[in-house]
Amino acid sequence: MAVNKDKNSYTMIFAVIMVLVVGTLLAGFSSGLKPMIKANEKFEKQQNILYAMGVNDNVGSGDVAFIATDRVADAFNTYIKEQLVIEGATSSQNDKAYLIDVKKEGAKAKKAGYQRKLPLFIGEKDGKKLYIMPVRGKGLWDAIWGFVAVDKSMTVQGVYFDHKGETPGLGAEIKQRYFMDDFIGEKLLEGTTYKGIKVAKGNNDPKNMIKDDYEVDALAGATITGDGVSAMLKKDIAMYVPYFKTINN
Amino acid sequence: MGLLSKKDTRLILDPLADDNPITIQVLGICSALAITAQLKPSIVMAVSVIFVLGLGNVVISLMRNIIPSKIRIIVQLIVVATLVIIVDQVLKAFAYELSKELSVFIGLIITNCIIMGRFEAFALGNGPWKSFLDGVGNALGYGVILIIVGFFRELLGSGTLFGFKVLGDSVEKTGLYAIGYENNGFMVLPPMALIVVGIIIWVQRSRNSALIEEN
Repeated sequence: MAVNKDKNSYTMIFAVIMVLVVGTLLAGFSSGLKPMIKANEKFEKQQNILYAMGVNDNVGSGDVAFIATDRVADAFNTYIKEQLVIEGATSSQNDKAYLIDVKKEGAKAKKAGYQRKLPLFIGEKDGKKLYIMPVRGKGLWDAIWGFVAVDKSMTVQGVYFDHKGETPGLGAEIKQRYFMDDFIGEKLLEGTTYKGIKVAKGNNDPKNMIKDDYEVDALAGATITGDGVSAMLKKDIAMYVPYFKTINN
Repeated sequence: MGLLSKKDTRLILDPLADDNPITIQVLGICSALAITAQLKPSIVMAVSVIFVLGLGNVVISLMRNIIPSKIRIIVQLIVVATLVIIVDQVLKAFAYELSKELSVFIGLIITNCIIMGRFEAFALGNGPWKSFLDGVGNALGYGVILIIVGFFRELLGSGTLFGFKVLGDSVEKTGLYAIGYENNGFMVLPPMALIVVGIIIWVQRSRNSALIEEN
């Protein structure tokens, strides 16, 4: 075969064919696997919501263990009694509320005149009514998000945090149990004023025995991620405070 | 003759010690520093690189006679990127939890200079089988260092291995912590990875004087 590989035309044809082959291959993979990836993402969200309200497979003080993927859909239907979408002063039931994209809603809410849709999940565990809210904010490198479960008086009953790209061993530790479990029992309201929970350095209470100081102990070496968690809780949960005021009256 | 000839065995074994990509060729240092704060991501990164480099070397080797030399670097880059995206998508579909653990690291494989280095230096001039062995060997050599560094950094920095508290609980003061042991917080920061890699290079060179350059 006498093909001159140094000719520009050969290079061009090679590049075009290569791009076509690779493009087709990747497009095929992407659309073939998309349903499975979407389903996995849905299950993950359900697992996270259930984790925050204490429905999980945690053993002792070990690692975070979600309820298994094959049981999650059933458990979600059992434990989550109501799904609400709060729009301003009104709220309506919607059993697809967990599919609301908090990131997109946050972006849309920046435009004037847009009424942000806030999903709220009401679950029941051991006879206790729990309200679970999604939160989303910024860490050091990328997005952080999570779910916070509170009771009627806005005392935290459980949290789940996750992140896109925080530093392993430092900021990424926000999704470890020793950090998340510290939030349990912390109060968000002082009287009727919303305080939030601060991830505090130089905490006098490293074992977090005092539950009404609106503080949890920070992670060493992860100041910005910790500040991101404080800011995320302060900003996103505050949006739900009016709803809690109505149900408490 | 077995499956591997003597030369083939050397392709696998050399990069593990005397021609190690990290400690001798000093390639792939960036990822070695970034992801070795804990043992688990180190191992997963090692496995992913073995897959991408092994397969990528074969693909490049099969195409070596038709790749126009003017755009060969771009072609190599496309091959790595394609493989990495496929790995990422397959993990997301079939091993979602694992893929979440690795998402960032999988993407980082594209920038690993060992991969481009092996494509350029070996796969472009050798047959597919030899290229496969060379790829796997170099990825193993990279992985071994990653795992050693990850082991020491997690053990000394956090007192854990795979997240298990092997030295006792630092908050409750049990185990070693009861007699006054403290975690070295510096170990979890990237500079310490460089120092650990440096110590490995030092140990390796003092054991094998053939590696020391003459001035």
